[in-house]
Amino acid sequence: MTGPRFAPGDRVRARSVDPAHHTRVPRYARGHVGEVVEVQGTWPLADERAQGFAEPRIEPVYTVRFAAEQLWGPPGGHWVQVELWESYLEVVA
Amino acid sequence: MSGEHSSSEVAVRVRRLEERLIGAGLTDDTQLDGIIGQILSGSPANGARVVARAWVDPAFHERLLADANQALGELGLSMSTGPQTQRLTVAENTPTLHNVLVCTLCSCYPIGLLGPSPSWYKSEAYRARIVREPRVVLAEFGLTLPDDSEIVVHDTSAESRHMVLPMRPAGTAGLGEAELAALVTREGLIGTAAV
Repeated sequence: MTGPRFAPGDRVRARSVDPAHHTRVPRYARGHVGEVVEVQGTWPLADERAQGFAEPRIEPVYTVRFAAEQLWGPPGGHWVQVELWESYLEVVA
Repeated sequence: MSGEHSSSEVAVRVRRLEERLIGAGLTDDTQLDGIIGQILSGSPANGARVVARAWVDPAFHERLLADANQALGELGLSMSTGPQTQRLTVAENTPTLHNVLVCTLCSCYPIGLLGPSPSWYKSEAYRARIVREPRVVLAEFGLTLPDDSEIVVHDTSAESRHMVLPMRPAGTAGLGEAELAALVTREGLIGTAAV
């Protein structure tokens, strides 16, 4: 495993996915852009653990902060911090 | 989503599930009782002790925000009472920033520090609304924040757990650590009350 792909301050997008299996990307965050606040450490990917994989991928988990206005539309005015495994995230150009 | 957790029907279903797991050789009553005992050993009094220490000891306060798991050890507490050790982060309230916790996906909660979670924490209404309109929901709890106060909602969606560090109330300068701890409520540690 290489080091974390993202660092605090990076803008990332939660992937817009709809898997048939368990996942930990809250539906409200899918497709939205947020900012990495913290690299929490590494954990087995919940999606693969839930499917009973003998050796689930170990990935960095990030705290990502989304502006409420980005998630829900105006008026917004607060932040929602979500904890997301690395493979849930993509680079924002 | 799981809804309310409050009927004897659920208890019957849980017991049936336990019997199947025991029958399959995956666990036994002793192990299950041990886990339940660990869960019930948690209490908001633990979280309150951590808060009171942080209020009276600036060096501990700094260590708590930098590495909460390490700092808990100083009070004889740990995040290793469940099946796996959890990382703890402490979110500090300030006059301009308020933190509140939720688990929108299920009911993740720092049980070792706060005890079993209140039923409303697991309700679909709280989980759906606090991420969307926290100011309104907090006002319904009786906590009206200044208009210019920033709010951060922490959705516990992975393997970490969080605890809110409330602000020390005004007029408590003369109180000792134990008296301060007695002021801290479970709701204050979740962020649905000021303290």
